[in-house]
Amino acid sequence: MITPAIVRRNTPHRYRMEAQKCAACGKVFFPPRLVCTCGSRKFKAYALPSEGKVITHTVIRTAPRGFGDEAPYCMGIVELKDGSRVLCQIADCEPHRLKVGLQVTIEFRKIQEAGESGVIAYGYKAVPER
Amino acid sequence: MRDVAIIGIGMTDFGEMWNDSLRDLFVKASLEAMDDAGVDHIDGLVAGCMSPGLFAGQEHIGSLMADYLGQAPIPGVRVESACASGGMALRTGIAYVASGMHNVVLCGGVEKMTDVSGAQATYALATAADQDYEAFHGVTFPGLYAMMATAHMHKYGTKREDLAQVAVKNHDNGLLNPHAQYRMKITVEQVINSVKVADPLNILDCSPITDGAAAVIICPLEMAKKMKKKPVVKISASTHATDTIALHQRDDITWLKSTAEAAAKAYKMAGVKPEQIDFAEVHDCFTIAEICVLEAMGIVKKGEGGKATREGLTARDGKFPVNPSGGLKSKGHPVGATGIAQIHEIVTQLRGEAGRRQLKRARRALAQNMGGSGGSAVVHILEVL
Ligand SMILES: [Zn+2]
Repeated sequence: MITPAIVRRNTPHRYRMEAQKCAACGKVFFPPRLVCTCGSRKFKAYALPSEGKVITHTVIRTAPRGFGDEAPYCMGIVELKDGSRVLCQIADCEPHRLKVGLQVTIEFRKIQEAGESGVIAYGYKAVPER
Repeated sequence: MRDVAIIGIGMTDFGEMWNDSLRDLFVKASLEAMDDAGVDHIDGLVAGCMSPGLFAGQEHIGSLMADYLGQAPIPGVRVESACASGGMALRTGIAYVASGMHNVVLCGGVEKMTDVSGAQATYALATAADQDYEAFHGVTFPGLYAMMATAHMHKYGTKREDLAQVAVKNHDNGLLNPHAQYRMKITVEQVINSVKVADPLNILDCSPITDGAAAVIICPLEMAKKMKKKPVVKISASTHATDTIALHQRDDITWLKSTAEAAAKAYKMAGVKPEQIDFAEVHDCFTIAEICVLEAMGIVKKGEGGKATREGLTARDGKFPVNPSGGLKSKGHPVGATGIAQIHEIVTQLRGEAGRRQLKRARRALAQNMGGSGGSAVVHILEVL
């Protein structure tokens, strides 16, 4: 679901990769949460690094609603330099180039156009290092 | 807490049931279960269903089913835990009976999936993933399991053929199940050459879109023993565990922690070791899932699920048969019904009523039902007295 209110409240982490670090145990959360698994509710602002590597991947051939025109497209789970992980599309990448260990950089991209409002949702995608 | 037993089972055929609505399916399976148990009244009803709202435009089905079953004003409730909704319905009913709140409870599962388009169904199913951090990026359910497969193949050397063998084996079993949606034999080559869905998974690695329902009647074990109608099936363990619903937030992408946790607790509750279980019905929504489940349940070592499948461990005539019903792959996967359909197969086998697919050893069995990419898991151990 994508509406103007949803886009607005997701902006800090979707647009700027703003994460948080537990003040008690140091665990990093992306997206931010209200309570850590250690029980602490105090967090410090933390920016995720933008470089990382693909730890697993797929090529989506049958796409969900809203992504039909783009299929086939590459997706992966990216482990960033600090060990944090995100799931996102791997853009500007031919399927045959996908491999575990592929070095990528997180970039700001258009994700989908959706809903009756036609709201354009932006966010992060991984792009192989050139 | 009282011990609980299963005294009645019923299920519809699984498939594209164009003539049956959501309520028709549920009531048909329920009436069959009540007839099998020999009861015309139930004290409570639990309906497992993942998304009647998105698949049939209908919520509030606990009351709807109680009414159409002719049992209103008994309490009726729907429970949801994605594809583990059926297993959760049984576990919820067990809590009612074990606690003494109710005596005879119907636990059913249902999903009516073919009234909507394929794209709408894909969307509805994707709501079991993390909407904001998985589905938002365009990943599908096959896509999430495909990423588990890629990681498993990379880490353990699991072969593409091993994945395919899960589907081949389950179709061999489903061929003998009159309720199964796809009763046809397939080969490893056919799986590998079928239409690509999310690499490395093809269409024949995926469970289908299915309409169907299943139901069981449970009551206190002592009450069941007095009925003496059919062999009494005791529920010796019922467990449930959760994990992150987002796949990428797990330390190990190939490890189904919720299943491992629920299975370990179940073995303890039943007082048995994995090797004392005769067979299992597990959640093979995708071929890779069955491989990862075998490992998480402690049936094989980490990383050896593919090898074990290749060597025939899980075949009908193997040492540990898995999915004698045909599994989700061949029998079909009406998501909310699946967990109860697994119980239906186990009770059928334990009673010795499985006909051509009857297993030689069937005294104690395990059912593993999983939600999403493993964000929830429900495990039951049943044994015949
Ligand atoms: Zn902490």
